[in-house]
Amino acid sequence: MSTELLEQKFNEKIDQEVRIEPKDWMPEKYRKTLIRQISQHAHSEIVGMLPEANWITRAPSLRRKAAALAKVQDEAGHGLYLYSACETLGVERDDLLADLHSGKAKYSSIFNYPTLSWADMGAIGWLVDGAAIMNQVPLCRASYGPYARAMVRVCKEESFHQRQGYEIMLTLCKGSEAQKKMAQDALNRWWWPSLMMFGPTDADSKHTEQSMRWGIKRFTNDELRQKFVDVTIPQAEILGLTVPDKDLKWNEERGHYDFGEINWEEFFNVISGNGPCNKQRIDARKKAYDDGAWVREAANAYAEKKAKKKVA
Amino acid sequence: MTDQNKFDYILQQADNCLILGQRLAEWCGHGPILEQDIALTNISLDLIGQARLFYQYAAEIQGEEKTEDDLAYLRDAWGFKNVLLVEQPNGDFGFTIMRQFLYDTFSCYFYEALMSSSDERLASIAAKSHKETLYHMKWSADWVIRLGDGTVESHNRVQQALNELWSYKDEIVIETSADSDALAAGYGVSLAELKEKRDAKITAVLEEATLSIPEGTYSHKGGKEGVHSEHLGYILADLQFLQRAYPGNEW
Ligand SMILES: [Fe+2]
Ligand SMILES: [Fe+2]
Repeated sequence: MSTELLEQKFNEKIDQEVRIEPKDWMPEKYRKTLIRQISQHAHSEIVGMLPEANWITRAPSLRRKAAALAKVQDEAGHGLYLYSACETLGVERDDLLADLHSGKAKYSSIFNYPTLSWADMGAIGWLVDGAAIMNQVPLCRASYGPYARAMVRVCKEESFHQRQGYEIMLTLCKGSEAQKKMAQDALNRWWWPSLMMFGPTDADSKHTEQSMRWGIKRFTNDELRQKFVDVTIPQAEILGLTVPDKDLKWNEERGHYDFGEINWEEFFNVISGNGPCNKQRIDARKKAYDDGAWVREAANAYAEKKAKKKVA
Repeated sequence: MTDQNKFDYILQQADNCLILGQRLAEWCGHGPILEQDIALTNISLDLIGQARLFYQYAAEIQGEEKTEDDLAYLRDAWGFKNVLLVEQPNGDFGFTIMRQFLYDTFSCYFYEALMSSSDERLASIAAKSHKETLYHMKWSADWVIRLGDGTVESHNRVQQALNELWSYKDEIVIETSADSDALAAGYGVSLAELKEKRDAKITAVLEEATLSIPEGTYSHKGGKEGVHSEHLGYILADLQFLQRAYPGNEW
């Protein structure tokens, strides 16, 4: 079959919302785009373990400690499903990790912010997992089968994380003055970075159009960001917290909240490596990987010995 | 307090679970392989779960409307009864594996025996924990073997860990008065019987791992009586920080 014909069949499948599977023909650019997006997502899951892992040993009750461990473990699991989905496109996990460590591959910038108090565990669950859900629910219908299926599992767990994070905030907001202050401070620090999670404005988003055509993306960055703001503001009101945006107000006409301008300079700075924890996060990942080299070598050597014995 | 001895006896194991669970939690996000990061967290989670069941029961025995968190967060180091083994720092992955193996080979047989405790509550906690611990022991033993019989480097590292931890392995099977009273009262476990099974298992696995068994017979002790290493103070500073800094708050 000629490439044109293959491409035509591929486009028909996309139009009819028929899932593309690993063995199907696909345009090289589609494959590359998926690898970039899925690996970036996988990296975000495992780098995202670090800011929350920072508070596990200090969790204020045994119940919270267990929940925090389970949550961060879920994120590791998400990383695992997503690396596996990526491998169906013919790349190896080790090569993807090498790109993460060299800085070639990106991950969600939100994880370059520090976790400074226990309330950050609440704010991350509520806002960061909340924003992740907005981004990810449409991906359950992504055109590439393994990705869509991984996202179904991921989304179920993310919404649990979101509720759990909100519940931490609620407990703090019903607590002592110091706890309320902790909660407000966390919201102040995480609000804007959470809005940045949806990426640049539609006007500046270079991948949106092609990704929408291929059914990898379903809504634009600005649409998702608006949806997140609309859902989250009433939740902040229930908590009795103040969202740190003086321009925030309900727009009756649009039926949406208006909100202030994002500090795009900060956004692009964090993306390009100047966030408060960029170096620390990548160093931690590299160290885990490098320190683990002898363990992986030993496991391989042992598996080989076993395989030889079986043959003999 | 309705039964001081039972309370002490339960705390010994509860504290082992909590402190080792806390140590393993330090690995979270930093494991050598993603799958093993998950396994370490999983074991940590099981151990914290076991600790909670024991603390809840201990708090009931204590009366005074105490909770699991009072016991975990508001005792100072001298009140903790865990063995020194579990408070040792993680070291490299090989050290963590060896520490885990030397603990799992105890806890597995401990729970097995505790399932026939005359105390139904302890027997049921033991039954649940035993299932989990069987899996932990399989995991740590498999890794001891894999690292011992893997590469020269892994062999040397895990041998070194074994040498360093050898003098910490027996405190857990040396009887305290809480242990002997518990045995006499019918709800405790015979550590002498347990030690025999445990030692046989340790020997079998170390042999398969091609590791040489250290000759030393000296055992560090004190943990079960509340006399700890310097490490425990730092573990508690971390663990208890929020409860100490903001006393009396709900979290
Ligand atoms: Fe996740
Ligand atoms: Fe999550």
